[in-house]
Amino acid sequence: MTGLVGALVEAWDELRVHRLRVLLSLIGVAAAVTAITGVTAAVDMLTQVSREQSERWTGRETTLTVSAYPMTGTPDVPAAAAAMDALVEKYQVTYATRVSWTQVAVELPGGAQVITAQSVDPHYGTIHRLSPGQGRWFAPSDAERLAPTLVVNEAFLAALGADDLSGHPTVVLQGDQPVTAEVIGVVANAWAGEGPAFTVLQDHVDRWGLMVDPWGSGAQVPALELWVPPGDAEALRDRATQDLAAALPGWQVDVQIPRGETDVLDSAARWVVIAVSGFALLLGGLGLLNIALVTVRQRIREIGIRRSFGATSGRVFFGVLLESVVATLVAGAVGVALAVVGLQQLPLDQLLGTPLQDTPPFPVAAALTGLACAAGVGALAGLLPAVWAVRVKVIDAIRY
Amino acid sequence: MSLIELAGVTRSVRLADDRVLEILRGVDLSVDAGEHVAVVGRSGTGKSTLLNILGMLDAPTDGEYLLDGRPTRRLSGRRRARLRGESFGFVFQQFNLLTGRTVLENVAAPLLYARGRQFWSRTRLAAEMLDRVGLGDRLEDMPDRLSGGEQQRVAIARALVRRPRVILADEPTGALDVDTGTAVMTLLDDIARESGAALVTITHDLAVAARSGRHYRLADGVLVPVTLVAPDRPGSLAEWVGDVPVLGATSDAGAVATATPPTTLLRELPGGAA
Repeated sequence: MTGLVGALVEAWDELRVHRLRVLLSLIGVAAAVTAITGVTAAVDMLTQVSREQSERWTGRETTLTVSAYPMTGTPDVPAAAAAMDALVEKYQVTYATRVSWTQVAVELPGGAQVITAQSVDPHYGTIHRLSPGQGRWFAPSDAERLAPTLVVNEAFLAALGADDLSGHPTVVLQGDQPVTAEVIGVVANAWAGEGPAFTVLQDHVDRWGLMVDPWGSGAQVPALELWVPPGDAEALRDRATQDLAAALPGWQVDVQIPRGETDVLDSAARWVVIAVSGFALLLGGLGLLNIALVTVRQRIREIGIRRSFGATSGRVFFGVLLESVVATLVAGAVGVALAVVGLQQLPLDQLLGTPLQDTPPFPVAAALTGLACAAGVGALAGLLPAVWAVRVKVIDAIRY
Repeated sequence: MSLIELAGVTRSVRLADDRVLEILRGVDLSVDAGEHVAVVGRSGTGKSTLLNILGMLDAPTDGEYLLDGRPTRRLSGRRRARLRGESFGFVFQQFNLLTGRTVLENVAAPLLYARGRQFWSRTRLAAEMLDRVGLGDRLEDMPDRLSGGEQQRVAIARALVRRPRVILADEPTGALDVDTGTAVMTLLDDIARESGAALVTITHDLAVAARSGRHYRLADGVLVPVTLVAPDRPGSLAEWVGDVPVLGATSDAGAVATATPPTTLLRELPGGAA
């Protein structure tokens, strides 16, 4: 124990005394570790951006989309709805939403329009990571309100002649009877040039009979989305399929899990990044080796003096090796710290083009890999000087 | 049983032209605990080699070296290093302090190789030892800010901080003026006596050698017991004074002409008895 601590103290002292040369020799190592850690973190963030953008359309990674339709005849919508409700109840799914597309007649300042609206339940926002730029998304209590609430896109808000929600804009929806709806949130247009669109609660559609059927296609059974724990998704898909098929005989039942390809770097590109960083690390290590060899030769007398204190060959070897390892570890830690600070200070929202809901955690594995690589390079760079130090003859060293 | 004992120790090296150079020849020496012994001799007579062998920095080519009555020849390098650290303290002519380290760090350095309480209390022990040598107020100074005498006091503190049983001093006053050298030797003697450590001093300076209880002369690799005599006994000078160049130049008539007259002179004892 004292041997290890003593060797560490000795190595640290040596680095402290020679801090300038150590600093200069370790810039490359620190930069390489920063690159490895920083690039990995950046890739993780880009992947997360890609995932979140994808999930805005498909729902979170383990969201089951349940749909059912009769093989023949018109659908018994209430029966299907009851079967789906039973499913949610049976498996105690926390995040569930019905999703359907509904034609709604809307009185805009330019005249009444039939707009395709999306009707959902409040959990749709969580499942699809929707975060309105203005106002808010639906809360469960909105279902009980005495007037419909809408989350509209920017084009819809513009069509209302409003710039923001400060005036609490409203719009009349033509349902069974006209009803004034309040706009509570605004999301960005899904694409450039998108026309007016909005989302409304399924409960409100049902309560005020908002659906119009200009093409006579009849009522449709809403799809059901269930965001479930990753470990349960596969099993629940099979169980849900069986249960619905049993509850709705003669119906076609589909339960799907979205398969998003969210890796922004394929494995080849990732290896290229790692290889370039590794090469930089190796170059840093060569610089360290060069300086370590020179300084060990300058320290012959000191090595001899330490031998007179009782330092064994092993201790001298270990000490010189540790100097290098400790130095590169410190450089690695500095590199990791630089990567952390850099990622914290960079305006990621602007750089990535979208705000992140779930900023990925700092890639600890990458930081540890960087540190391990740094220590490995330090050990390699320290090996030759350590062998050389052991071969120094004590009596010659003291007289040196 | 002596603390350290050399019996018929020979040390030879093979030169580049394949000749064998005998540095030490049949050296016999025993030193008891607490004893002070001085070895004098010309440069190149093997004094430092003898000290290196005593301190287990070097090994005899032939003969036996006993520490506490136990032979050291078959000890592993690791065991020798441990024994060296635990049993011996070195004081060098050029001080050999570690550059870039404070006085305190220099004195604590040997304790990095100690175990247990000595290791964990190294800073306190080093500070106490520096206080003992009168440098308690210079702990954080760098050695190059100290005078030669102060640097040697640091070296003495460093040699003694692990409480060695033997202090090996190689020309401890060689880089100091006479007065400073005397002060340093007085300190070294006192501290060694306090700690009960044996002191083996190698020196050119007869005044330094005279402080010891026993004296040896090393010439051509042979260690011979001698006694020191006062310089006012010129009749004994001619037979050996040429072996002691630090005394100064000698005249053909056997008279001594010294730049700094020695206070004591050497005379080989009849029959080799010390």
